[in-house]
Amino acid sequence: MSDSGNAIELNGLTKSFPGVRAVDGLTFAVRRGEIFGLVGPDGAGKTTTMRMLAGVLAPDQGSATVAGFDLTRDAEPAKHHISYMPQRFGLYEELTVDENIRFYADLFGVPRREREERSAELLKAAGMAEFRSRLAGKLSGGMKQKLGLVCALIHTPEVILLDEPTNGVDPVSRRDFWRILYTLLDQGVTILTTTAYLDEAERCHRVALLHEGRMLFCDTPANLKASLPGAVLSIVCADPRPVRDLLAGIEGISSAMIVGDGLHLVVRDPQRMIPELRNRIAAAGLSCDAIEQVAPSIEDLFVEAVQGGHGQDRQDARDDHGGQGHTEDREHQGGGR
Amino acid sequence: MNWNRLCAMARKEMIQIRRDARSIGIVIAMPIVMMFAFGYGVSFDTKHIPVYVYDQEKSQQSQDFVKRFQASVYFNVVKTVQSYPELVSAIDAGRCQIGLVVPPDFSKKLRSGQKVSVQAIFDGTDSNSASLGMSYTEAVAQAHSQQLQLAWLRGRGQGQPRLPVSVDARTWFNENLESMVTIVPGVVAMVMAVVGTFLTSLTVAREWERGTMEQLISTPVTPLEIMLGKLAPYVVIGLADTSLCAVMGVWWFGVPFRGHIWVFLLSTLLFLIVVLSLGYFFSVVAKTQLAASQVSLIATFLPAFLLSGFMYPIDQMPAVVRGITHVVPARYYMAILRNVFLKGSPVLTMWQDLLGLAIFAAVLGLAATRVFRKKLA
Ligand SMILES: Nc1ncnc2c1ncn2[C@@H]1O[C@H](COP(=O)(O)OP(=O)(O)OP(=O)(O)O)[C@@H](O)[C@H]1O
Ligand SMILES: [Mg+2]
Repeated sequence: MSDSGNAIELNGLTKSFPGVRAVDGLTFAVRRGEIFGLVGPDGAGKTTTMRMLAGVLAPDQGSATVAGFDLTRDAEPAKHHISYMPQRFGLYEELTVDENIRFYADLFGVPRREREERSAELLKAAGMAEFRSRLAGKLSGGMKQKLGLVCALIHTPEVILLDEPTNGVDPVSRRDFWRILYTLLDQGVTILTTTAYLDEAERCHRVALLHEGRMLFCDTPANLKASLPGAVLSIVCADPRPVRDLLAGIEGISSAMIVGDGLHLVVRDPQRMIPELRNRIAAAGLSCDAIEQVAPSIEDLFVEAVQGGHGQDRQDARDDHGGQGHTEDREHQGGGR
Repeated sequence: MNWNRLCAMARKEMIQIRRDARSIGIVIAMPIVMMFAFGYGVSFDTKHIPVYVYDQEKSQQSQDFVKRFQASVYFNVVKTVQSYPELVSAIDAGRCQIGLVVPPDFSKKLRSGQKVSVQAIFDGTDSNSASLGMSYTEAVAQAHSQQLQLAWLRGRGQGQPRLPVSVDARTWFNENLESMVTIVPGVVAMVMAVVGTFLTSLTVAREWERGTMEQLISTPVTPLEIMLGKLAPYVVIGLADTSLCAVMGVWWFGVPFRGHIWVFLLSTLLFLIVVLSLGYFFSVVAKTQLAASQVSLIATFLPAFLLSGFMYPIDQMPAVVRGITHVVPARYYMAILRNVFLKGSPVLTMWQDLLGLAIFAAVLGLAATRVFRKKLA
C-alpha cells in the first residue's frame, strides 16, 4: 500500500464511449479505512468509474491506484486485494447460495475452514442463514444483492467497490447491509460505494457528487450541508408540480425540487422570501399548507448543484475535512432517515 | 496457473451444465438424434424400387433382360420411355429411382459374343437405398449374364466363360456411392464436430449475456484458467458422447470396430480440442449465445459435411477444393475413424491424419488461450 495513506487515488481518469464522455478527468482520493460515497444522477459515470477501479475496464487517459497497485500496469495483481460488486447482479443463478460463495472463495484462494467460518458469519449478518442451499436465481432481489455482498466479502479485501449495492433492497435489509459495512470499516477496510439513496450518502465519511462525468463536490456530509449557499425552504402542498413551474426561475430561487410532501427550494434570503412566495402562490390560484425553513439535506445540495450549476468553485475544498468527518460520521450509523 | 482456481471453474461449469435443461439436451439428445438422422434417415424398404426403362433396341433379347428386372421383387418397372430426356426428367422429379438404358446394339453385341454395357442411372440423393439398388441391379444383371452364358455354352460345347452383360453404374448427386457401413464412422465425426463446437460456443457468451462475466473478471482468475476450466468438463462430455456414438454405430448400425480403442480415443481427444477451442473462440468473439451458436454451426457443419470426405470423396474433388479440405480438421478425423472402424490398419499408416489433427489442436488451442481479454467492451 502506498505511503500516502490513500487506498484509492484517481488522477485525471477519463473514459469515453462513442458519443459520450462517461468519465471526464476525474481526480480524487479515498483514504484508508474510509467509506466514501459516489452519488450522481443516472448516466453520471458512476458505474464506469467503478469498473475502471475494479480493473475490468481500461481507462482512455489518466491513472488510478487501488490498494497500492497502479491499475494501468498492475490491474491483475491488484485484483487479489479488491472486492467488486457490480451494479447488475453478477452471480450464477443455477448455483446455490453456498456454491456461489464457494466458487468465489476458491477464486480468491480462501482456505476451506476460513470460508466456512466467514460465510456462516456473513450469511447470519445478512439474515440469510437458512437459504444456503437455495438456488441464487430463486432468491428475491434484495437477497440477491446481499448474496452479492457476501460473495464479494468472502476473501479479505483491502478495498471494496460497491456499485449501488442497496438498489432494490428493502429498508430492513439495507440496515443489515450497512451494519456489515461498518463492521468491515472497523477492520480497516476501505469502501467506495455508489448509491442512489441520498440518505445513504449521509452515512458515508465523505461524499462526491458526479455529474456528466465530472466531480462537482467532494466533502463530508456535514461540511457539504454547511456549504449550501442560501437556505432551504420547504413548501408543503398537495400538488407541487404547478407550484414548481410557477416558482422556477424567480429571482432569488436557485433551485426547486419536488419531494415527498411538496417542494424544496434553495433560496438566498428565506425570511424575505416566505411572504413573497405565499403571495405569488395565492395570486396564481394555487394552494399550499406551510412554508418553513428546514435544515438542508445532501439531496438539496445536489439538486442545487446540478440545477444551479454552482458546483465548480467548490471542487478544491474537497480534501480538507475528512479527518473530523470520520469520528463525526461513525456516530451517524444508526441515524439514517 | 493456479490449480484450485481451475478446478473451481470446472466445478462451477459442471454444475451449470447439470442444472441447465438445454445443456443436457445438447449433451445427450443431440448426438443420438443426429446419429439417427444421418445414419438412418433413409428408408431401408428398398423392395419395389421404381424403375424407368429406355430400351433403345426393343429386340427379343433386350425385352428378356428388362423382364428379369420386372420379375425381381426388388424392382418395379413402372414405365418404358422413348427418349433419354424423358428418363432424366423422371429421375429428377423423383418418379423413379433407377433409369435403365439398354443400348441399340444390345442383341447384336450379344450375338457376336462381345461384352455389352447397360447403363443404369441412380438417384443418389438417398445414398443408402441407392447403394442397395445398385447392388440389386448388379445382381440381376449378373444372373441374366449367367443364364445367357449357360445357354451359350450349351450351344457351343465347352468354351471359356464370359460375362456378357455388365451394368455400368453411374450414380448422380453422390458419385461415389457408399454403403451404410462406410457412412456411419463419418456420421460420428460429423456429430462430434457439430456437438463439440456447439457446446462450448455457448459457455462464454452466456456469461456475457447474464452479466456474470463482469464479476468473474474482477477476480484474480486468469484467462487460461477460465478457458481450461470451461473446456475440461466438455472434454469429458465429448469423450462420453463420441463413445456413445461409436457404441450406437457398432450395436445399432452393425458397423465393425477393427482398430485399436486407444487410436480412437487419442484422435477423438485431439479432435475435441480442435472443436471445443473453436467453439470457445466463437463464444469469446461473438459475446451473444445466439450469434456464437449460429457461427459455430455454419463454421463446423458445412465444412464437415461437404469438405471432409463425408459427402463427397476427397480424391474426386477439383484440385482447388481438395486443397481447401486440408484446413478442414474434420477431414483428418473422418479418415482416422473410417480406418479405425472399417479397416483397423496399423497406426503408422494414419500418421499424416494424426499429425494434421495434432497441428490443428495445437494451433486452435493456443489461439483460444489468446483471444479472451479480462476487460469489458
Ligand atoms: N459500454 C458502454 N457503451 C456505451 N456507452 C456507455 C457504456 N457504458 C456507459 N455508457 C454511457 O456512459 C455514461 C455513463 O454511464 P454509467 O453507467 O457510468 O452511469 P451511472 O452513473 O452508473 O448511471 P446509473 O445511475 O444509471 O447506473 C452514460 O451516458 C452511458 O450511456
Ligand atoms: Mg451505474
